[in-house]
Amino acid sequence: METASNFLNIKDVSTAFKINGQFYDAISHINLQVHHDEILAIVGESGCGKSTLATTIMGLHDPAETKISGEIDFEGTNLLNLDDDGYNDFRGAKIGMIFQDPLSALNPLKRIEDQISEVMDYHTSLSKEEKHERVLQLLDEVGIVNPKRTAHQFPHELSGGMRQRVIIAIAIACKPDLIIADEPTTALDVTIQAQILDVLRDIQKENHAGIILITHDLGVVAETADRVAVMYAGQIVEEGTAEQVFNTPEHPYTRSLLRSMPQRDNENDDLYVIKGNVPSLQKMPSTGDRFAPRIPWVPASAHEENPSMHEVAPGHEVRCTCYKEFSFPDEKGSVTV
Amino acid sequence: MWKTILRRFLIMIPEVIILSILVFLLAKAMPGDPFTGSINPKADPQQIHHLMKINGLYDPWYQQYWQWVVHLFHGNLGNSYQYQEPVTRLIAGRAGNTLWLALFTMILTYAFALPMGVFAGRHEGKLPDTIIRVYTYVTYCIPFFVILVIGIWIFGYVFGWFPTTGSISAEASGSGWLQTIGSRFYHILLPGILGALFGTVNIVQYLRSEVIDAKGSDYVRTARSKGVPSKDIYRHHIFRNSLLPIAAFAGYSITGLLNGSIFTETVFSYPGMGLLFVNSISYRDYTVITALVLIYGILNLIGTLLSDIILSIVDPRIRIE
Repeated sequence: METASNFLNIKDVSTAFKINGQFYDAISHINLQVHHDEILAIVGESGCGKSTLATTIMGLHDPAETKISGEIDFEGTNLLNLDDDGYNDFRGAKIGMIFQDPLSALNPLKRIEDQISEVMDYHTSLSKEEKHERVLQLLDEVGIVNPKRTAHQFPHELSGGMRQRVIIAIAIACKPDLIIADEPTTALDVTIQAQILDVLRDIQKENHAGIILITHDLGVVAETADRVAVMYAGQIVEEGTAEQVFNTPEHPYTRSLLRSMPQRDNENDDLYVIKGNVPSLQKMPSTGDRFAPRIPWVPASAHEENPSMHEVAPGHEVRCTCYKEFSFPDEKGSVTV
Repeated sequence: MWKTILRRFLIMIPEVIILSILVFLLAKAMPGDPFTGSINPKADPQQIHHLMKINGLYDPWYQQYWQWVVHLFHGNLGNSYQYQEPVTRLIAGRAGNTLWLALFTMILTYAFALPMGVFAGRHEGKLPDTIIRVYTYVTYCIPFFVILVIGIWIFGYVFGWFPTTGSISAEASGSGWLQTIGSRFYHILLPGILGALFGTVNIVQYLRSEVIDAKGSDYVRTARSKGVPSKDIYRHHIFRNSLLPIAAFAGYSITGLLNGSIFTETVFSYPGMGLLFVNSISYRDYTVITALVLIYGILNLIGTLLSDIILSIVDPRIRIE
């Protein structure tokens, strides 16, 4: 799906971590595009590699402990060729990141104003007064009621929701083209979640930024995302527009995920549970469908030996051929072994 | 900020009162009376009894305590049995020496420890880190007085670079102020350096592990995602956060220095409060011991007060707004 507006092109990226002297892929052969004016959601359960993908794009891995291959083309530059200094021209300036845990992501000893204006120290030539004005404006933009007061406060004086707003303010301070939000609402309660998502959407519209929203909360995805990529065990298993993925999910994993969401009309039924666990990095099989062990009723012949992505509709891709034969055990026409 | 300091200072007042009561009661519990040693052993017990009575030694303890406190505020801590001179004058003559040595040791300690700790933490697992760690483990394993004795033997005896006893040389004590200061400084060099080498151990280890922790913390990751260069991340984010436990430690380290001064002064025959303390214990010079325990106790309290003040300066979270 190559269009003129795509500015981030992730091509065949794998990130491997060193465990006991050996490298194991945490994410393997990821291909993704991000366009201006869109929110791409990456969903998957814990440990599927969502955050690894985010930190890989940000270049936050320790080069001694990780091996990254592939290409991350950001507005014509391959980020993976940059050294730390070169990367610093992108981090904060053109790519902003919002972190998962607002309680620990701010430096406890620095005032909010200093933490926000720090990003401008390195990427803009604004004067001290201009930076101060910009900080107040940013705090106002992210919905802080009394920016002057908050700017002067320390992180421990703010609530979780306010801290997350501050982190968003830091991420957007230099109007980046790409914002990576790694589970921005996980640590917050539901009402604050909705507000934070609204803020993100407003910013995206205003700056024409592309947002990668990483989450395991399908409710958040349904509310905000334009496109969705579903990850399982370090691979993308399904990718498409939000409508495609939610209305006509194809991959067994996507379907299982959606089925395991509590529904209002079946509140008396047992919740669907995907049996088994994500294999650990060391035990990841090198061939075969990685999700196969968790749907044992599907015959082995349904899976590809080296599962690849198949286009099922324009812009809607699914990994492996098993989706054609998949149905839940209690559904009509289910395949029994 | 000032509120925190004031509040912390006010808390110290009851602490000092409780300390002084304890010290007073301990002194009262010691065997003997103030007259047996200072008058003729053949004196009539009846007369001693009379002296005790007119001096108020049969009064209830709180009345005696009050008397003692009143004397204390007049700078009267009694007379030393051993030296037959007022305790106040005795201590005043030595406090300067101890303070001078302790201050020098403290400055040297931090001058060694801060760069070493940060450097070791920053280059964790590499050769310089290993060398620093080996140094801290080895030093930590050797008792302090052994380090002092070895130091004296190597630098004072084998190389003969430093004087090994006293606080000033005989020639310098009579001559001009420049020679006096020079000689005094010369005399604290070796005990100061040895004390600092020993004192760095804890600080280096603390700082090293704090730096390693901070390196992996979320706020450092945030800073990196802002595009802050590595050296600025150390300067603006890691260093200050890593200093928190060291700051908390700084005031208490005064206590450590005073304890250390007892060893140092004894081994170096350096005429300070530590040596006086050890001597007074061996001569059962109760008035001096009581006074010194009280002083050490108050210095301890001041140490913790300083720790809290330093901590409230560097850590906004514990300030009272």
